[in-house]
Formats: sequence, structure tokens, C-alpha cells
Amino acid sequence: MHATANISWFADITLADCPMVGGKGGSLGELTRAGIAVPPGFVITTRGFEHVLAELEKQNPVRSRVDALSLQDLRGLRLLSQEVRARVKSAPLPPDVRADIVAAHAELCGPDLRWPLAVRSSATAEDSEEASFAGLQDTYLWVKGAEAVLEYVRSCWASLYSVPSMSYRRKDGTPENGVAIAVVVQKMVDARSAGVMFTRSPLTGDRSVITIESAWGLGSAVVSGEVTPDRFVIGKITGQISVRDISDKRIQHVPEENGGIKHIETPEALRGAPSINDGELKTLAEIGRKVERHYRRPQDIEWAIDRSGDIVLLQSRPETVWSEKDKAPVARPAPNPLEHVMNIFGGRR
Amino acid sequence: MSTTINTKCFPLPSSLKVIAGTERAQAAYPYYMQFSKEDDERFWFYNSMHFPEPMSAFDVTTAEAAYCALGAANTRVHSLPTTLGIDYRIINGRIYIGGNAVTDPAEIARRTNEFQQRAFYYYEHWEELFAQWKQKMLALIRTAEALPKLALPEFEPLDHVRAGRGIASNHYLLDVYQKTLEGYFRMWHHHFEFLLLGYGAYLTFFDFCKKAFPEISDQTVARMVAGMEAEIFRPDDELRRLAKRAIELGVEDLFRDGAVPGDIMQTLERSESGSKWLEELAESRDPWFNINIGDGFYHYHRSWNDDLSMPFASLPGYIANVKAGERMERPIDKLMAERQQLINDYRDLLNSDEERAAYDQMIQLAHRVFPYVEGHKFYCEHWYTNLFFNKIREFGALLAAYGFFPNAEDIFHLTHYEVEAAIVDLMTSWSNGSPPRGPARWTPIVNERKAAIAEWARHETPPALGPVPDVIDDPAIVMLWGITRENLEVWLAAGEKPDSNEIKGFAASSGVVDGIARVVMTVDEIDRLRRGDILVCHVTNPSWAPVFQKIAAAVSDIGGSMSHAAIVAREYGLPAVVGTGTATQKIKDGQRIRVDGGRGVVTILQ
Repeated sequence: MHATANISWFADITLADCPMVGGKGGSLGELTRAGIAVPPGFVITTRGFEHVLAELEKQNPVRSRVDALSLQDLRGLRLLSQEVRARVKSAPLPPDVRADIVAAHAELCGPDLRWPLAVRSSATAEDSEEASFAGLQDTYLWVKGAEAVLEYVRSCWASLYSVPSMSYRRKDGTPENGVAIAVVVQKMVDARSAGVMFTRSPLTGDRSVITIESAWGLGSAVVSGEVTPDRFVIGKITGQISVRDISDKRIQHVPEENGGIKHIETPEALRGAPSINDGELKTLAEIGRKVERHYRRPQDIEWAIDRSGDIVLLQSRPETVWSEKDKAPVARPAPNPLEHVMNIFGGRR
Repeated sequence: MSTTINTKCFPLPSSLKVIAGTERAQAAYPYYMQFSKEDDERFWFYNSMHFPEPMSAFDVTTAEAAYCALGAANTRVHSLPTTLGIDYRIINGRIYIGGNAVTDPAEIARRTNEFQQRAFYYYEHWEELFAQWKQKMLALIRTAEALPKLALPEFEPLDHVRAGRGIASNHYLLDVYQKTLEGYFRMWHHHFEFLLLGYGAYLTFFDFCKKAFPEISDQTVARMVAGMEAEIFRPDDELRRLAKRAIELGVEDLFRDGAVPGDIMQTLERSESGSKWLEELAESRDPWFNINIGDGFYHYHRSWNDDLSMPFASLPGYIANVKAGERMERPIDKLMAERQQLINDYRDLLNSDEERAAYDQMIQLAHRVFPYVEGHKFYCEHWYTNLFFNKIREFGALLAAYGFFPNAEDIFHLTHYEVEAAIVDLMTSWSNGSPPRGPARWTPIVNERKAAIAEWARHETPPALGPVPDVIDDPAIVMLWGITRENLEVWLAAGEKPDSNEIKGFAASSGVVDGIARVVMTVDEIDRLRRGDILVCHVTNPSWAPVFQKIAAAVSDIGGSMSHAAIVAREYGLPAVVGTGTATQKIKDGQRIRVDGGRGVVTILQ
């Protein structure tokens, strides 16, 4: 695998590389290195993006104008977004960037240059956790051929200037100077089933359970909320499946013949059937635990199961909602341990 | 518990009528157990956990003795800050109970101060006090065992006369009866000496776990605390041992389904190896067969010693298991190691060292108190209770011999006051040579009360009465009966939606099983259970343990995840759902049901 200044392969990436590969790229690399099955791929580092942006800045400033935007000025936001996106998309790729992407694409695909790929944004900002940018930038699925990849790389870059992305950064007060975007190019999994997994309960914050949501087809249907997924709760320690809500999964996302994805209706017989079996749930939960141990904190994970039943992870990021609430301990040790019983007998409940 | 009136309300006690034709049987119960108008102001619930069947006039002694002792421990001995004792009433043979909460903050503070001097002393000296407790209980048992046989000789034995004993045999009827009754009341004080404190320490840990791990199952917490060597497991262990010995001695073929214990024993006596097995049996019987096929609260919950058919009926199954190579001894070391692993695994998931330190403090206390929580039942509810009812049965036989009523068992349809009256009647008659008055009096009364019990058993009774309290924060009620505000909502909802085919309860032991429901309302029906059936009953009982090797799952109306039933179900790896409130009413015998013990849900499939 050929690394260049523009390309980093997952196997070479750690979280420390986030400034160059973005949060998503860093996480996929970290997972790969931790021995977790992740579809192979590479990251187009922020270098290419910075280069293109520098060219654009010479014509008409970008970052300073984004910095100057007011959240209240919706029209200004919209107009600037339109302008910058169009300019990013139409800017020519530096020749070395283009050549490196084409070469890495060929290396990833092997003999079949039309192997379907995912092209995913991986934004980065100094002093900010990747998680906070999650889902704001574009992802393109089932992309076939080097030309299409090159096209979507620019679309990902441009999506850094979508209205929601810019608004989010303004709301957060993130200075534009540290903001950049890398792009993940990864082999696509023809998912039989896919979904998300939280290594603590999103409902109660319980760290002793893993919640898994699953539906038929590609995970995009679950992430976008277009389908109500099956929901399972599994004890981390007991392995017991304590909740098993099987939903009516009307639609699913599947690959389109010539690239991209389409929505289809789920065949009648599968709609009410569990989209994941107990053995797969247990394996998935074990993977969740492994990732959590690796990061030493609860994770929010995207996963898929391919047609042959193999499980891969597509993303893992730290859980943020409950970790804020962890700061107050459930109980503190008492000078006299017997004082604890007053919680029951003292009417203090 | 709070007495705030809620819009939601169960039927008022005054609206619950004595079933027509049973008024005199109802009136037989002591006046202090009868509902009165003022009782409408309070919340009551049917104690179907301990008293699932209508109680006969004598059997209510158990309620009297138990609540006298429970209340004394809570109110006067340990001074629980927020609760006094339990009130009880009886209607149509059903015992309703209500808590007595302390709500005034100043009074709670005063009682807290007392509590910490008293209860904390118990916690601090738990092991030595518990060791002392066992000695006291054994002494009490020996005293009860040593009570003389009853006899009314025509002439006082000559040696009594020559020894100048001076007291005639009739006096000893009263003496022995009063000692028997006194011993039973005393036993219940021993029963409650540690119980609430034990449950409280356990619940402290339980509460912590529920806060730290909101989705942890009750049974997982139970597994972290449960011991492995409690006396209550012994009877079942003895059966396994006897099964193994039967094979070793080559007599196992005698134990077949449906064989009568007496016949088996006669055959065994005729061979050397058979006699050897009978010696082993005798060893197991004292004391381990002093276990009731019930909770020991009814006179007809006979012990294995009194009726060998229960233990014998399960021997074929155990023998088959041994032959199939199943390990018969419970692997204590392995179970303990698993328990420790579980504790460590959850500990690791805690958020900080501070939380871990608090967790350690609480689980240590829970482990300290648990041998009592698990162990007391064998001595109290089983061993002693057997002695008690059997001694009363002796009085029954004596009174029956003098024509007071036809059968010895009829004595259990008299109150304990009436029994004493009948005894004094007999003492008088023996002393003055006149016929006793009892024979003319008691037989029709006994018949009337028997008919009333049968009638009451045919009627359902509401799970609760009176206004629903906003919160149930009486620790005794939560601990002993598992009754929470959420339970009551479920009970109220059950009344509103009778057509739902799902019944919710506590998840007691995980696993999912489909099978045929056997609704077993009384212990007499246990033999209707076939291999693979699902037991549906008011309360699953640990002394039914041998039944657990036959059934596929267990469902009960009342009980928490710490009930011994739940523990036994987990031991046998059977799914169990307890505390459903209404399973025996909603599920019809023979229906196909699904038990999901991990979720605490029972589904009626057809």
C-alpha cells in the first residue's frame, strides 16, 4: 500500500493523525489497527483540500467570510454556501492529488476497477471532537470507478460549506482556520443487514448493556431514520438479550446497478422478521466491548453484516450524551459503611 | 406508606361482602381481624404471597404470631424510622394487610436515632448474633420435640402417685397446649429478629445497582448476593445424594413413577442393600425432610417426613439424571467463582473509584447478612412449623377420640381460643366423670366452616382494597412483598384490560419456553404436573424444588426476584416470571403459554 502526502491507508492511521485524516478517518484507522474488521480503504488527507482552498482564497476569501457570518443572517448563510460550494466543486484538482487518488483507487479495487466504494466526509477541527461534526457532511455510497470517486471527493469538500455545517460551526464558535476536511474512500459492503450499536443504553445511560438497532439492507436507512429498526438490548456481562423489539421494516436501502443506492420495499415475509440473529447479536456485542475497551469509554458504532454473514464496523465514535452526566457519582463511600442502609430505612428515597 | 387519597381506588373494604351462607364461619375469626368502617380510609392488599388460599380458623394463628413478631421487631426492637408494624384483617378466609407508615419528620428523626443504636449494633455483630440465633432456634426446636405425648389414663399411674407428683394428667393437656402455642409465637420473634435488617442491607445494594445500572435485571443483582450453601438447598441436595446411593446399592429400579413409598420401603427392607439405603434415608430425614410442600403456613402443608410421596416421586427423575452422567453435587466452588466474577465485572463498569468504593461497602454488607436471609426459613417456616402443626394434630386426635369431631384434622377448623376451650372441656370431663360438652357442639361447626373454606376458594378476591397510595415507601412492604406503586398500576390496569394476552411480572430467571400451563391452586394438585409443563401458581415455593426438574418454566402471582422460588428456578436454569398478580386468574389450565423469564412476560398463545 502506497502512502503519499495525499493518501493514508487505514492500517497506517491512528487517532493522533486526526488533524490530517479527520475524525472518521482517524477512527477507522484506529479500529483497523486494533484488529477490528473494517472494510479496507484509504483517506485522502486534508492536504488536497487545503491546497484547493488556498487557490480559492486568492480569488475571493472564504474562511474569513464564513467567520464573519451571523447565525441570524439566514440569507447570507445561504448565499455564501451556494457560492463557495459551487467554487469548490468546479475548482480543478491539483495534478498530484488527482494522480495519487487514481493510483490508490486502483490499488484498493484490484482487478475490478468498478468495485463499489463509499466516499465519506471526514471533517476535522482543532480543539474540537470529531463527534460534534458527525453527520453534517456528505457521504456517497456505492460509487463505481475512479472518475466518480474524484467527482464525489469534491462534493465532500464542498459539503463542508453546506448551510447546516457552517451554522453548526458558527453556533459552536469554531474558528474556520482550523477547519478542514479529509475524505474516506472505502470498499462498500453489500449489507444484508446493518445498523447502529451503543455500548451503553441511550435511554438510561446504563453501562452494563449494549443497545443494537438493525434493519435490512444498507445502514443508511437506519442512520437517516427512514426505517424503524429492530431494537435489541444485550447485557454486556450476562449476555442476556433483555429487549427484543422487532419492527415493521417497510423499506430498505440497496445498491443501484450503476452506482448509488435506491429505496425498495422490503419483501412481505421479511418485514416483520428479525434482521439479525442471536449469534450475530452476540458477536456484534463482543466487538462493541472490544472497541469500548480499546477506547476506554462507551462508543456509538455503525456496523454492517455482509451477504456471507461477516460483520464489519463502519464507524465508531465516543458516546457524548451520557458521559456528560457521569460526573456525579451514584454513591460515595461512607465513613461508616452502615450509613448506606439509611437509604432504605431512612425514608430518603 | 402514604395515605394521600388518589383518584384511583381499589374496592373499599366495606364493599367487599362476606359470601352468603358463610357469615358464621367469618364471624369465627377473632374480632381484631374483622374489617370495620374506619378501614375504608386505608390501603390494604391481599397477602397472597404467604396466604394464597382461604385460611381455616386455626391456621390464622400463623398470621397473628407472624405479625405480632414482625411489628414488634420493626416498631419496638429495631425502631425502623419510617414504619411501624403490619395490620391484618380477614374476609372470606383471605388475609389483607396494610402498612403503618411514620411520616412526621420529627418522629422519623427520633426513631432514626434509636434505629442507629439498635440496628447498627446488629449489623456490627451480625455473625456472632446469628450464631447465637441458630443455637436459640435449635434449643426451641428441641424443647418442642421434648413436649410429652398426650395421655388421659383411666387412673393416674401409680408411680406418679408414689412420687408425690400431685398434678394429674388432665392438667398437662393445658400445659402442653399452651407451651405449644407459646413456642409458635416465640418462634416468629426469632424469625423476624434479623429479617428486615437482612433484607434492608440487601436492598441497599440492590438500590445502588439499579441506579448505577438502570437496566440490570433483578436476578443479576440476586446472583451477585446469593449464597450457595443455605440450609434451604439441603433437602434437594439430600434427594440427589439418595438417588446416587440407590444406584450404587443397585436398588434404583424400585423407584418408578407412580410407585407407592410404603411399597418401595417394604421391598427395600427385605434386602441387605435395600436396608442400607433405608439407613441413608433415615439419615437424610432428620432433619432435612422437615421441609413442607408449601410455605408452612397451612396445616395441610405436610412435610416430606410426614408424606414421603413428594420426595419419592422425584427420585426417578434424579436417578435418571445420575445415569445420564449429570453431576449431582452442586459445584459450589464454581458457583462461587462465577458470583465473584460477576461482582468484579460490574465493578469494572462503574464510573469512578469513588463509586467502586461505595459498591464494595454495600456488597460486603449484603454478603454478611445473606446467610440469615437464605437460611432462616428452614428452621422457622419448615422445621418448627411442622413440629407445631403435628403437635396440634395430636390434640386433634385426642379430641376426635373423645368424639368432639370425627377426624383429628378437624381441629384446624377451631380457632386457637376454641381449641383451648375444648381442651378445658375435656379436662373437666375427665376429672368429673361427666361426658364432655364438645361432641354436641363442634361437629356441625366444623362442617359449616369446611364448607365455607371450599366456597371461599371458588371466589376470586381483589388483589387490593381501598385508595391507592401515591407512593409506597414503607420499606417492610417493599422488601417483603415487593409491592410498589408500579405493581399497583399493573393490578389496576389488569382490571381494566382483561382481554390482553400478555401478563407482566418480575423477570426472575431468564430463558424463553413454550408449554402447556398447569394452574396449580393448592399443593394437593402438584402431582398433576407432567414433564415439560409450565407451573402456574400463586407462589412458587422452594420446597417444591423437586418439581422443578419436571417442569419447563414457572409463573407465579406474587413474589420478588429474591424469592426462593426465583433462586431455585435459576439453579435449575428454568425461565420464571414471578409477581404477575393475576396469572392464576388469567391463564386457564391446559392453555399453551410462553414464558419469557428474561423480560418478565408471559404470553397466552391459545
